[in-house]
Amino acid sequence: MAVKNMIQALNDAMDVLLTNDPDVVIFGEDAGYFGGVFKTTDTLQGKHGADRVFDTPINEAAIAAMAVGMAARGLKPIAEIQFADYIFPAIDQIVSEMSRIRYRSAGQFTSGCVVRTPWGGGIRGGQTHSMSPEAFFTHVPGVKVVVPSTPYDAKGLLIASLESGDPVIFFEPKRIYNGPYDGVPDKPLLSWAKHPKGEVPDGHYTVKLGEADVVREGEACTVVTYGTLVHVAEAACEASGIDAEIIDLRTLVPYDIETIARSVNKTGRVVVAHEAPRTSGFGAELAAQIQEECFYALEAPVYRLTGWDTPYPHAHEWAYFPTRDRMVRAMKTVTEAV
Amino acid sequence: MADASPRFHVPAPPFRPGDEPDFQFLKLPKAGEAKRPDPGVAAAETRELALGLVGVLDHNHQAVGEWDPKLSAEILREGLGHMVLTRIYDDRMLKLQRQGKMSFYMKSTGEEAVAVAAAMALDKKDMVFPSYRQQGILFARGRNIVDMMCHCISNSRDNLKGRQLPVHYTWKDGAFFTISGNLGTQFPQAVGYAMACAYKGDGQVTASWIGDGTTAEGDFHGALTLASTYRAPVILNVVNNQWAISTYQGIALGDAPTFASKGLGYGVASIRVDGNDFLAVYAATKWAHERAAAGEGATLLELFTYRGDAHSTSDDPSKYRPKTEYGVWPLGDPIERLKQHLIGQGEWDEKRHAKLEEEMTKLVVKSYKEAESYGTLHDGPLSPTESIFEDVYAEQDWRLKRQRRDLGV
Repeated sequence: MAVKNMIQALNDAMDVLLTNDPDVVIFGEDAGYFGGVFKTTDTLQGKHGADRVFDTPINEAAIAAMAVGMAARGLKPIAEIQFADYIFPAIDQIVSEMSRIRYRSAGQFTSGCVVRTPWGGGIRGGQTHSMSPEAFFTHVPGVKVVVPSTPYDAKGLLIASLESGDPVIFFEPKRIYNGPYDGVPDKPLLSWAKHPKGEVPDGHYTVKLGEADVVREGEACTVVTYGTLVHVAEAACEASGIDAEIIDLRTLVPYDIETIARSVNKTGRVVVAHEAPRTSGFGAELAAQIQEECFYALEAPVYRLTGWDTPYPHAHEWAYFPTRDRMVRAMKTVTEAV
Repeated sequence: MADASPRFHVPAPPFRPGDEPDFQFLKLPKAGEAKRPDPGVAAAETRELALGLVGVLDHNHQAVGEWDPKLSAEILREGLGHMVLTRIYDDRMLKLQRQGKMSFYMKSTGEEAVAVAAAMALDKKDMVFPSYRQQGILFARGRNIVDMMCHCISNSRDNLKGRQLPVHYTWKDGAFFTISGNLGTQFPQAVGYAMACAYKGDGQVTASWIGDGTTAEGDFHGALTLASTYRAPVILNVVNNQWAISTYQGIALGDAPTFASKGLGYGVASIRVDGNDFLAVYAATKWAHERAAAGEGATLLELFTYRGDAHSTSDDPSKYRPKTEYGVWPLGDPIERLKQHLIGQGEWDEKRHAKLEEEMTKLVVKSYKEAESYGTLHDGPLSPTESIFEDVYAEQDWRLKRQRRDLGV
């Protein structure tokens, strides 16, 4: 078992998939020879050949459509969209096509594939390299949505995603791609230091889609989150001493309602947290479902800790996304409510 | 030039309701004039074909020139049969829609050769990604008519479980991909499918069809880019039937000379074809098929035709074009032209034609009665209600299981 960061783990996952199954192909803008702008597909073309890992024109709709057509012929495509912000040109192919091929053909054709894309802010990417558009896709019947938060999960979830036979939008939190990215040196989130790298088993293994991970057990409140904010929540517990239970959803569609409900019924207090804007964000779905499942156990209103309802800013990104300190305040608000 | 200044320009069709249509301005090249290069020719060498018009049947219904595919009378009669059936089927389904037996329908009147001849020129195993006006492919590939009708009336035997609008067929066994109502989406998908066929080395060619209006969609340009970049074994067909609902073809064409010419800039071999000439459509499709199968890459075919009837049951063409326009369309009627060609060859006659029409009519009427016996959209039975929760994912997750329970099915 090797210690890897998330990029290395994802690269390893794709290497395993390519090695084990000749039907796996990987493509995207700069994904071939150069190995991706984040180097996630680094060395894969050299190792597996240019007909299996290749560059595409800059046309996200065509990339998604290519995946649909290839999947219909029985290949297992992994398509890379260079930044999650760029997925919108592909939205018709994902929302109207990829998601519905199985349904509208009554199972005659399927479109199992993975659309991988770097996601979220915190790397000084400004408004076109920092978005968290997961909620758009959680609203689309027929696609699954996955967001890993650790190298181990990233590899296991990516392999499971491609093997699920369904189209999966796989959001990769780029702020923790290479380990902790503080962005602002005077605001170190020390607990991240425990997470940038992790033990990643060699070879093939999966992390089942639809199962959340209880990252930290606690009694004071429940934090339901995913991706980068899992680490922020851990940092908040460490900084504040609040004994929160932290649930890393890992999969947003389908999300693990059982694990959420078990925890909220225990703690009675809950923060749902994401970096994306608040209105109609995935936190709204979580809050609604939690009150439906756990109404009589709730001792405080469900708290939504989110990014703001503004486009993502360049200079003020640390004021934009939920930081450790905002997470602490959110935990305090729900735990102190009477 | 002192007064010259940029002017806002919106193109308009040559004729509107009330005008006397006259297509003499079109100056279409004569049948037989076009040269037929080797299918391995460089894309740039197809310029004349993209600007011209490949035709085989002349005004005397004789096959002329290098593009004559020299098909046997038997094949031609088969093609005629599929086209006649397509038209009779369409007419009957329209009537049934008017009687309230169907929610919606789309005819392919006047464009039957586009689908039928292409399907006959392709291998039966070649996957097709059609749009909603190529039902002729299904007839040419032997799709059961009762099954087609059961789909259109969304009954208990609809192979799509009542999920799609009428005419949005899917038939995997017949290598017929699932039709989308969103325009153009299937074009780049077909390229992806073709790339996968090449990756698998199975020798298959893929074909797709969109309309003239849809060439304005980004997916048209994405498909051509992909097809050119990866030299995909794909035939990309633009059915220029002159009308995108009420919008005339010039709105999508712009100042380009032809839709086929748009392929040249991408480095894709491009040919404009007389879409009402069965022999020309067959020959051009075969040429493109040969090119693709030889690893020389994609072809863009513009099928120059005319949508003889409404876009769908939801529009009235007399509101946007002269009622007499189809009657003076210079390329005539594909069925009539092939029929006259066969008669000229001594391989067909009016009596046999009348008998063919009668038999096809009987078949369609009988088939509909049978289809109705499996239910109708109006009165049922339909597919089981719980089937709405099936096929969303490979497996049903808790949300769908709960929602099914909430619906009480």
